[in-house]
Amino acid sequence: MSLTNEDVSRIAWLARLEIDPSKTSDYARDLSGILGFIEQMNSVDTESVAPMAHPLDQAQRLRPDHVTEPDQRALFQARAPAVEAGLYLVPKVIE
Amino acid sequence: MHEKSIAELSLGLKNKQYSSLELTQAYLTRIQSLDADLNAFITVTEDLALAAARQADVRLAQADATPLTGIPIAQKDIFCTQGVRSSCGSRMLDNFISPYDATVVERFHQAGAVMLGKLNMDEFAMGSSNETSYYGPVRNPWDTGAVPGGSSGGSAAAVAARLAPGATGTDTGGSIRQPASFCGITGLKPTYGRVSRWGMIAFASSLDQAGPMARTAEDCALMLQVMAGFDPRDSTSVDQPVPDYSTTLNDSLAGLRVGLPKEFFGAGLDPDIGRLIHAAVDEYRKLGATIKEISLPNMHLSGPAYYVVAPAECSSNLARFDGVRYGYRCPEPRDLKDLYMRSRGEGFGAEVKRRILIGTYALSAGYYDAYYLKAQKIRRLISEDFKRAFEEVDVIMGPTSPSVAFRFGEKSADPIAMYLSDIYTIAVNLAGLPGMSIPVGFSQKLPVGMQIIGHYFAEDRLLNVAHRYQQVTDWHTRAPSAFL
Repeated sequence: MSLTNEDVSRIAWLARLEIDPSKTSDYARDLSGILGFIEQMNSVDTESVAPMAHPLDQAQRLRPDHVTEPDQRALFQARAPAVEAGLYLVPKVIE
Repeated sequence: MHEKSIAELSLGLKNKQYSSLELTQAYLTRIQSLDADLNAFITVTEDLALAAARQADVRLAQADATPLTGIPIAQKDIFCTQGVRSSCGSRMLDNFISPYDATVVERFHQAGAVMLGKLNMDEFAMGSSNETSYYGPVRNPWDTGAVPGGSSGGSAAAVAARLAPGATGTDTGGSIRQPASFCGITGLKPTYGRVSRWGMIAFASSLDQAGPMARTAEDCALMLQVMAGFDPRDSTSVDQPVPDYSTTLNDSLAGLRVGLPKEFFGAGLDPDIGRLIHAAVDEYRKLGATIKEISLPNMHLSGPAYYVVAPAECSSNLARFDGVRYGYRCPEPRDLKDLYMRSRGEGFGAEVKRRILIGTYALSAGYYDAYYLKAQKIRRLISEDFKRAFEEVDVIMGPTSPSVAFRFGEKSADPIAMYLSDIYTIAVNLAGLPGMSIPVGFSQKLPVGMQIIGHYFAEDRLLNVAHRYQQVTDWHTRAPSAFL
């Protein structure tokens, strides 16, 4: 699998990740190399193999539906780049 | 005092040969005078350490101490520490002061351990050389022109240089074992789910596991005793009792069945390292072990499967860094799209970006079956290889890494060459098994580590096997001459 510069730009948009346009072809080369490495997986037939999601095949544990966490909004928002009246601020979305 | 192990220091504190305050001050002085050559620490928490040491001395005086009360340790900067920068080696979290402690950090506090500071690491634990840290690379105490390994390179270098008697690490594909090997120390990656991941900044959640890094297996046992155990806050934490690791350290190895996978000794392994591993295995023969060649036929697929699973989970986990709630925000965003794209583009380094892109691609519409699902099936094959092997043997031994510590820049231009540095450790993470690295000699004046792999929750057996070797050899006592 070889990725083009356009592929890299599309994937970067999906990941909401800006990459330096002058580096796009470097990423295309590196990512194509990594995909080539990954595709060694295709050398083995896995048709009848059950996928393994958890090393110990554990199911997701459930807990009783009780409130356990106190309200720490002010503490957490103290780390935010911009807040006002308890809200996180971002650039205007709707004109 | 810095030449002593945790077990020896613990005894010294108990016998009042020195106080925790004196011990902590001695380590802080060493860090101040020696870390400039290594860059192992991102943050030194001097005031907190001195306060914790004073508290520990009170506990020691009241005979209310645990084996770790008053012992200075350092935390990999992947663990959240309340009121202290928790950067994960990234510009993205350079300004992040954690509002809470990770479970691992909290458990060390409760045991009375003294935190000296936060250790350098590859950015978001993605790297095998510590060259991807936003804070600059850590240097190997044995040769400052060589890498310390990664991602827990700061932890390994700090312990090897006697800047801390013990440190925490995390291991997603070899990040405890490979740097332990490169720096000549002892490191243990526990079974997946043995140590809580809560407050440990996530990289690949189905693989990540924290563990101890110290000079001896005995010290790793003391640290794991504190770290291990069920945590309801981590949904993948396993609810199983924690044995007393110190009680089985001296068990006899007579009749121990050791497996040597032929796939670990093929082309690609430095022959000198192969020779040292066989010499270490001979020591086990003398201790009563029987040795047998085994096969893990799907080993060669572990790298390819890992570089789907880890980046896919990383792309999902790192989606939380959006420049809105915490962490880096780009200056003067034009709009919300620009804010997301530039905050992430400027906040993350090149290797993290590569992995986010690979993971995003592997999980994008139409590719899931070909990549992530296929990789999960290969995980099953690899895990079954190990299960079959453990029907015949008790532990598996082999090299930790195919080479000794390499030079700065040697592999950083070629991602695949870098990834192959973890070729013997990755399969253990995919299977979720516990693995250790112990020092077994030197090649080209650099330390060589041997990996010991055990069955699920056999950390007690691994520690026992490593400890008995360290009783009859002295590789683990060697110190780099510049840091005696």
